[in-house]
Amino acid sequence: MTSRPARDLAATERPVGPAVGGPRGGPMGMAVGAGARARDLRGTLWRMSGLLSEARGRIAVMVLATLVSVLMGVLMPWLLGRGTDMVVDAVSADRAIDFAGLAQLLVLCAALQTLASLANWLQAWITADVVQDLGRRLRRLAEEKLARVPLSWFDRQPPGEVLSRVTNDVDNVGQSLAQLLSQLLMSLFQVIGVVAMMLFLSPLMTLIALVSLALSLWLSRLIAGYARPRFRAQWALTGTLNSEIEEGFTGHTLVKVFGHQTRAAEEFERANRALHDNTLAAQFLSGVIQPVIMFVGNLSFIAVVIFGAFRVLAGGLTIGTLQSFIQYVRQLNMPVSQVSSMAAVLQSAAASAERVFDLLDAPEMAADPVDAPDLPATRGRVVFSHVRFRYDPDVPLFEDVSLVAEPGLTVAIVGPTGAGKTTLVNLLMRFYEVDAGTITLDGIDIASIPREALRRRFGMVLQNAWLYSGTIRDNIAYGRDGATDAEVVEAARAAHVDEFVRTLPAGYDTQIDENGSGLSVGQRQLLTIARAFLARPEVLILDEATSSVDTRTEVLVQRAMAGLRQGRTSFVIAHRLSTIRDADLIVYMEHGNVLEQGDHATLMAARGAYWRLQMAQTPLDD
Amino acid sequence: MRAVAGKGVPVDRKFGQWRAILSPWRGLIVLLLLCQIGQSVASLLLPSLSADVIDRGILPGDRGVIWSHAVMMLGAALVQIALAIAVTWLGARISLGIGAELRSAIFARVQTFALTELRNLGVPSLITRTTNDVQQVQSTLLMALTMVLTAPVMGIGAVIMAIRQDAQLSLLLAVAVPLLGLLVGLILSRSLPLFGRMQAQVDRVNGILREQIGGVRTIRAFVRDRHEQERFAVANDSLSATALQIGRLMALMMPAAGMVMQFTAIALVWFAAHRIGAGEMQVGSLVAFIAYIFQVLVSVMIASMLFAVAPRALVSARRIDEVLTTVPSVAPPAAPQPGKGTGGVEFRDVSFTYPGAEAAVLSHVTFRVAPGETVGIIGATGSGKSTVIDLIPRLFDVTGGAVLVDGTDVRDLAPDELWSNIGLVPQETFLFSGTIADNLRYGAPDASDDDLWRALTVAQARDFVAALPLGLEAPVVQGGTNFSGGQRQRLTIARALARRPPVCLFDDSFSALDYVTDARLRAALAADLGGAAVLIVGQRVSSLRHADRIIVLDHGRIVGQGSHDELMAASPAYREIAESQAVGEAA
Repeated sequence: MTSRPARDLAATERPVGPAVGGPRGGPMGMAVGAGARARDLRGTLWRMSGLLSEARGRIAVMVLATLVSVLMGVLMPWLLGRGTDMVVDAVSADRAIDFAGLAQLLVLCAALQTLASLANWLQAWITADVVQDLGRRLRRLAEEKLARVPLSWFDRQPPGEVLSRVTNDVDNVGQSLAQLLSQLLMSLFQVIGVVAMMLFLSPLMTLIALVSLALSLWLSRLIAGYARPRFRAQWALTGTLNSEIEEGFTGHTLVKVFGHQTRAAEEFERANRALHDNTLAAQFLSGVIQPVIMFVGNLSFIAVVIFGAFRVLAGGLTIGTLQSFIQYVRQLNMPVSQVSSMAAVLQSAAASAERVFDLLDAPEMAADPVDAPDLPATRGRVVFSHVRFRYDPDVPLFEDVSLVAEPGLTVAIVGPTGAGKTTLVNLLMRFYEVDAGTITLDGIDIASIPREALRRRFGMVLQNAWLYSGTIRDNIAYGRDGATDAEVVEAARAAHVDEFVRTLPAGYDTQIDENGSGLSVGQRQLLTIARAFLARPEVLILDEATSSVDTRTEVLVQRAMAGLRQGRTSFVIAHRLSTIRDADLIVYMEHGNVLEQGDHATLMAARGAYWRLQMAQTPLDD
Repeated sequence: MRAVAGKGVPVDRKFGQWRAILSPWRGLIVLLLLCQIGQSVASLLLPSLSADVIDRGILPGDRGVIWSHAVMMLGAALVQIALAIAVTWLGARISLGIGAELRSAIFARVQTFALTELRNLGVPSLITRTTNDVQQVQSTLLMALTMVLTAPVMGIGAVIMAIRQDAQLSLLLAVAVPLLGLLVGLILSRSLPLFGRMQAQVDRVNGILREQIGGVRTIRAFVRDRHEQERFAVANDSLSATALQIGRLMALMMPAAGMVMQFTAIALVWFAAHRIGAGEMQVGSLVAFIAYIFQVLVSVMIASMLFAVAPRALVSARRIDEVLTTVPSVAPPAAPQPGKGTGGVEFRDVSFTYPGAEAAVLSHVTFRVAPGETVGIIGATGSGKSTVIDLIPRLFDVTGGAVLVDGTDVRDLAPDELWSNIGLVPQETFLFSGTIADNLRYGAPDASDDDLWRALTVAQARDFVAALPLGLEAPVVQGGTNFSGGQRQRLTIARALARRPPVCLFDDSFSALDYVTDARLRAALAADLGGAAVLIVGQRVSSLRHADRIIVLDHGRIVGQGSHDELMAASPAYREIAESQAVGEAA
């Protein structure tokens, strides 16, 4: 019943990072979502309650338990007051106290209290259950959703934003819901119960209590109004400081070697101090609310004692009743301020829930055909015919691209940045879908092949070497389900990974962490190449795969690649002329158009764009 | 706010840093404690005054006593709010001040780190530690100071006041309060390890998600969605299971505390009845006692809130502590020596092994780059090329031999002097947010616009910068992502050139440039750098062939050294590299 101050901080301040007990977002996951307001509060709340419908039964039990525990709790002061009256009456009438009666009363009290505590426990237990269940379910739903949204969706979102939705926002929904479920109900019941008891004991004194209540609500709202702009400024300053920190740490080497340390420290200190000064004001203002409420509560306590004293003297009240009443006054302020702060919790929960729902509602990729034709063993003939594609409907890219990759041959794609080389890969892998025209694999439109079946035929090595936290072995084995250790080592040998892995203390069991620690860019690249080896694809896609491997290693890789390319259609996007020269087909692209196709000799003889590129050494890329 | 900023703070002692950060606040903390005590006494006076109202006002029917007590109670309430506001102010000031100083201390400490420490702790993690973790500690501290501290003060105060009212009955409180403390402690000690475990599970869930988002193309290309979902489900389930365990444990707190205190109240009425019946106690005391019990209950409940946040704050504090107690592997010299004025860079029998690694990255590397000389280093991935560069500005320290700059061991040079000698173009093309001019002046604050244009001209960046509407004042976003890779690379070169350094280091700095730009840049560099000692690490023979000398590295050893022509004749390793690049070479 008394976690109100903490929640006040959580609701009004919510500075960097998630609420208590929540997952910690990455640096980019910070400062997102909190403090925001829901666009459609009612709709979102309705949907949230829909999520809880699965736990309907448990929630009903919880509500009942809350009711029982509050009812017992509300009766207690009154019963104890009766006990006091039995003592006072006896003393003032100068007769012996009825200890048997008192004992009966107190045993009843003890029984009620035990019941109240049990009910309270049950309620808290169920709440924990329901909330954790919901959190787990939401996280899973969100994560599974990530596998069904098209890549274009990812390209539009900052990665930190996606992460923050699945972690911080889901957590905030859970935390807020726990508060709403347990405290909102309890506080509401308590207010109703206490006011009812107070009215029953003394309507006049109830008036005093209610007036003070209104006063404290008004005062806290007033102060919160002053604090709000300070909190807003605090958010902005937190952002400034965070980017100082990010730059300072990311550019650590530069800061040092360029003698920028003193200035970096000064800039940091300035941002740090600005944040501190502003937060101090914000925190003080919001912190003062608590003492003010307590003061008004004390005033109300004094008024009740004094007014009650005169009523007792006038014979309108017993001392026991006064004692009960005093306890009720104390019990009233807390839950009311709790309920009033719930609005902020509700808003923040709804805002987070909305962001989670936005993710869950993101348009999905078109479903794969259910009765897809069995894909025959492919030879790997890939044909682009009149393919039209734009990322942005207003920016022309592929307008009419046609090309034929014969089985087993290597196609080199050449052209400046923005020519659409990577787009070609995106369309082949069906990361994106063509707007018009078709891409066929051995005569079958790839749009009619289930994505998974299609992708199993392709091996791909991307520009950025992606490794996941696990061992080197795990990362190579990622290429194919159920690969044996022998196959992993074989692939590692082929990609020249084996050589450097053997020099590592833990060999293939070396753990790779998020930063790929200990491995050079080239080594990471080699690992992803080994992975592609293991996949034994029918069509190979190398997206500038060798650009960060130094030339000597590249020679070795190219040799192995030549072996791998045997009998496989390969698309290679590379800047290196040596790679291009040996290709069976060179496709020269510019601004999304295929300008020329042919082998090196043909294209040189044609004296076109490719020839000019070779002769004039125009930039291949920038 | 005092800027401690880690200056002269001892690091070897455990928690030394914390003590250094906390000790300036000692006075204010004591003041806060006093206010807290006064505040609690004032609020405890209220029930005892109300007891007097009953015993000395109502029962004898003395209206004067009632009114005088009303005034006294009002006075107590006023003192209470005044002190409570003081507590709020002091609490905010102390916790936020400490938070700001922690951030300063971490920032300052990270600046002293060498690459080893930076890589061990990881940049993203360091950022989180400076922001989220400090935030966590700060808000927990605020809570502890302003609210939780009330609990023991109130608890003790209530027991004292109870003794004043009735010594014998207060035995009940003396039993109930420790019982309550024991109960809370028991629940806490059970949940503490769970919180630690949950933190690790949270990190795991976040880590997997981050990987899935970053590697979405690879996952889809290899059709590993299901594998990823299973991986996530396992992490998610274990996180939920731990969180549930904690939730259930915490569910015990309130009912148990309520039970103890209400049973105390019941027992109180029973024993008080006997004592009042025997004329040993007054009725008002009973009412006051019940009020005390209620106050103790409230403060215990407030204190228990700390238990919900303390474990997380402890984890955060530990993560901060880890940064503050990490001793940089590269320390500035105690007695710096000046450069000898000979210029250049020299490696004397240098070996380097990463901490904990078995194989050396560099073994017995010896060479010298004289002023005005250009030396290239070429070699396979993992041959140790970049490490050579890293050792010069002491991003790492050698594990054998010595690196000399300007004739003096880099470990004996004052860091500022060492760095002012060096113009570094790192492999990562990182730019700072601000303007192009800000970035170019990064290492040369006093450079004129003309100087900047000169550097841009040499770096072959003049044309595209001049074409920008704002020219030198064109904005650069964080990381420089509003420029292409090639443009960024040329800007980082210009940034180094703007310093006019006597030693110039290029770490694979031409990789994003096409051959033509590369060639023009090299020609301009040769003309511009004049007397500088230049060290170029590269992959393209064409970038290095005009160097005065080329060093061929293989597995950390020098396997060839000489001019392009000499190496073509004598070094098979070099020839192999050169021939693989024949096409680029011919053009």
